[in-house]
Amino acid sequence: MTVFVFAFYLFAMVAVVAGLMVVLSKNPVHSVLWLILTFLSAAGLFVLMGAEFVAMLLIIVYVGAVAVLFLFVVMMLDVDFAALRGQMVRYAPFGALIAVVMLAELGTGFAAWQTAGKAAALHAAPIATDVENSRALGMILYDQYLFLFQGAGLVLLVAMIGAILLTLRHRTDIKRQNVIAQMHRDPAQALEMIDVKPGQGL
Amino acid sequence: MAEFFATSLGTALLMVLQGLAIIAFVMIGLLFLVWGDRKIWAAVQLRRGPNVVGAFGLLQSVADAAKYVFKEIVVPAGSDKFVYFLAPMLSLVLALLAWVVIPFNDGWVMADINVAVLFVFAASSLEVYGVIMGGWASNSKYPFLGSLRSAAQMISYEVSMGLIIIGVILSTGSMNLSAIVEAQRGSFGLLNWYWIPHLPMVFMFFISALAETNRPPFDLPEAESELVAGFMVEYSSTPYLLFMAGEYIAMWLMCALTTVLFFGGWLSPIPGIPDGALWMFGKMVLVFFAFAMVKAIVPRYRYDQLMRIGWKVFLPLSLGWVVVVAFLAKFELFGGFWARWVIGG
Repeated sequence: MTVFVFAFYLFAMVAVVAGLMVVLSKNPVHSVLWLILTFLSAAGLFVLMGAEFVAMLLIIVYVGAVAVLFLFVVMMLDVDFAALRGQMVRYAPFGALIAVVMLAELGTGFAAWQTAGKAAALHAAPIATDVENSRALGMILYDQYLFLFQGAGLVLLVAMIGAILLTLRHRTDIKRQNVIAQMHRDPAQALEMIDVKPGQGL
Repeated sequence: MAEFFATSLGTALLMVLQGLAIIAFVMIGLLFLVWGDRKIWAAVQLRRGPNVVGAFGLLQSVADAAKYVFKEIVVPAGSDKFVYFLAPMLSLVLALLAWVVIPFNDGWVMADINVAVLFVFAASSLEVYGVIMGGWASNSKYPFLGSLRSAAQMISYEVSMGLIIIGVILSTGSMNLSAIVEAQRGSFGLLNWYWIPHLPMVFMFFISALAETNRPPFDLPEAESELVAGFMVEYSSTPYLLFMAGEYIAMWLMCALTTVLFFGGWLSPIPGIPDGALWMFGKMVLVFFAFAMVKAIVPRYRYDQLMRIGWKVFLPLSLGWVVVVAFLAKFELFGGFWARWVIGG
């Protein structure tokens, strides 16, 4: 139990500190790196709660893919850090306002927290340790909520196609690689064998 | 003794010892892996390869490692110092991380977790950070281009690799690597392994593993003819050694993963001969031989070809294969050849 508690406080503190550093660090790339550390500690907390499947998904999807894209974009930015630092004071009140609103919303949310009847019963029920949680999650998603799950997937697909369509611009003024044509080239057409006489050249 | 290892101190000590054993195995393996890689490469090109230090040049890698450590560390003036040194360490640690779930024999696994496949996948998807951070922190054009290429390449091939692994998970009904190996046990030895029902995917997994570990013919991130040495240009001495070690360990891990997923892990290929860790090791070495041969005989791909294969060929094929396997396994066609459920169904 002590190991559990120690691990919890370690992950929780790292998550909070790294989360703070995301906001406080001057360099945007460092911010993203701190964000990644936050994700990793959150994954650690998930493991402690016995949700190892969600933890692994968090690492694979968020850290392995989403944060890499973040990092890509931020690295490409050509920002003048000194200018950014100067503007920090200007935007601080606005940021504080957002923080207060968020805190108030969370506070009201938690104050009025009431679990639904069914959920309360589930709360009381002991966690089934004989079922792997990836299996349990699969049962719920694919047996009970199949249509909702597939519907969510469909919405994402439509959003993705929409995003591609909005940015698709077929340019005709650039050189394109035609792979099929490249594969069907044969040496007889592309090569010419010339018997060069010594001392003469072509 | 047994009581001591049941206490929390004993467990901690046991974990440290197991970790050290794995690191020792991987690191010593690494030395001979580099040697073997160079020897095979040399043999294909009719050269002799390393042959001075030790018998058959066996200790060449030791000499090289010592040389790297004693060289001067050159740090670019405009670099981001912290990230610059963090990157190589991260790439070595992350490469070692996934080894904790690899089973070497029945019960010879440090962490026998039920999401082992996902853990390996997560660890290998993190490896891209060593490359990106190294490339960015160097504050130079070539490393940055190399790291961008590498990141795009690794993400692309992870997708199809994940889908190929899903096929194996579907066949087994478990994400535990030991369970995957046990599911391949049968009375016909090597004919029971997954390489037969998942035959096309074995090749695709192998090729994806080459791309994922930045091995030739997909070593675009360090393409020396155009990018000097990619993301490692500005690195010297020990940091460079860490990058190289990380790369080889990641490849060695891919050998282990191929063995476990498709070639029956520690199971013996011929019925009647006992199973054991030696089989696992032998199969890993064979897969590595294939890696080395590919490096020696296949010319480097062009970057657009690499991306095209990843997204337009491998992704549709592996996705289609997942659907096919799902049907074959669900309806237990051909006598349940594709469905070897270990737990329930």
